[in-house]
Amino acid sequence: MAQGTANSATRISSFVLLIIFITLALSMTALILAFNAFSSDPLISGWLILLGFVGVGISMYVLLQARRRVRHLNKAIAPVTTTIECKKCGFKTVREFQRGDYILKEVEPCQKCNEKMMITAIYREVKEGDKDHYRF
Amino acid sequence: MIVSASVAMLQNQLAQNPLGDNPISWILNLLFYGVFIVFLFYGQRIQLYVMLREVEGSLYKLRHIKDEGRKTAIETIKEIGKPQTDPTARIDRFLEYFTISPQNLDPAGVVWKLEHILDVRDVRLKDEVKMMAPSADETQTNNLENTLEAAMALNYIFKVIRHFYLLGKKTLSLYVIMQIQMLLPLIMREAEAYASALKAFAFGQPIGDGAGALVAGRLMHGYETKKLPKDCVVATVQIEGRTAYVIKAEGPGGNVGKPGDAIEAVIKQNKGKIASVIMIDAAGKLEGEEVGEIAEGIGAAIGGPGVDQFKIEESILKYHIPINALVIKEDIGDAVSPMRKEIIDSIDKAIERVKQVILERTKEGDKVVIAGIGNTIGIGQ
Repeated sequence: MAQGTANSATRISSFVLLIIFITLALSMTALILAFNAFSSDPLISGWLILLGFVGVGISMYVLLQARRRVRHLNKAIAPVTTTIECKKCGFKTVREFQRGDYILKEVEPCQKCNEKMMITAIYREVKEGDKDHYRF
Repeated sequence: MIVSASVAMLQNQLAQNPLGDNPISWILNLLFYGVFIVFLFYGQRIQLYVMLREVEGSLYKLRHIKDEGRKTAIETIKEIGKPQTDPTARIDRFLEYFTISPQNLDPAGVVWKLEHILDVRDVRLKDEVKMMAPSADETQTNNLENTLEAAMALNYIFKVIRHFYLLGKKTLSLYVIMQIQMLLPLIMREAEAYASALKAFAFGQPIGDGAGALVAGRLMHGYETKKLPKDCVVATVQIEGRTAYVIKAEGPGGNVGKPGDAIEAVIKQNKGKIASVIMIDAAGKLEGEEVGEIAEGIGAAIGGPGVDQFKIEESILKYHIPINALVIKEDIGDAVSPMRKEIIDSIDKAIERVKQVILERTKEGDKVVIAGIGNTIGIGQ
């Protein structure tokens, strides 16, 4: 059931796609007609160019909006990292989070001094592009 | 005024040549009048349908998030709890649980009634989780309870939005659909936050809300801890020549404890001879503020339904103990999703600020209470 609803949420509706492509095809036809009528009737050609560009613009906008919605739903969650440190010699390792990890947990002995190491941090790093940027 | 201007323009057009000189202008004129008339009479209805489409899109997304949440909860319970029978039906029942807040027509004593209701709810939810996941230990039970609560919140958000969407569709009332459409961006943010919280709870990862608990955990690490009511621990730590009673919820399972009871118990044990109470918590940031920013203030820094804040305020008032607060700023999404690096990086700075407050606000030999507030999932002591 969940799979079915996931598909309906992440898929671009075929009806929307059909409308987009019909609009796009009509707009392209208008542009071609405008090109042919340019020398014989510049007024009609002007109107057709306007109609064609508005049609292409609208259909591209709707398509991009629909794609953006799908991309947003499929957004991957940033990986979570575990930092392990040796309190004695300061040796530090970083690995992917594993179930059972928690901050201040004592883990395997240090590779350098054989002292027990400890998990000092578990975090996710937000990519620079995903961070908020403010002008103020 | 707009209507009269349009009518005048129409009359002017009709007086000249209503159909224009060529067929294209004839069609365009007709189109213009057609669109004008349609928008004049059906403008509000078109606006309503645009809004309904927008809500419908968000509803699809909410259903996807809710179903993913339910799926994650079921998979986690099956993996950790190893139940003998399929827990799906029980989980679906759990997602529909509700809590009725006490009657406050006569507000005297409402805090105690609310506390009782919350205690009963907590016990009930824990029992349900234990029945669903018999093999889970205490830490895992707490994490599973938190996972199910996040799934429950997602289920509820979906249902409320669906209710207003269908109500708007049935009544075709612009005002019914408008109120939900205007709130939708904030509701979607909350739903996305719960979706990432659900994953964090399922894996037992520390969340942004645990910033205060992490400060306390770092301060008490290596010292002997004692259990306090309820689900809290305390360690006696020497900081800058003062005796500090550091309190946090017992980790690493998903747990917020009852810091109100814990602080009250420590104050009572010391017969009120506490020079200061310092509370550290994660706090909602305003847009434009940086994640992990630290701010200092006065008062009981604790969220939730208000029972613990009430108890802390009662205890400090009884003995006239000054209370200081330190907050680590983050938004709702950061508070319930796996802890961001910026928050981890701010922990050392927060510890320095706590020490500074102790040095400035107390004398050597004094006793202070330091309480790290928040969900301690993925954070030990």
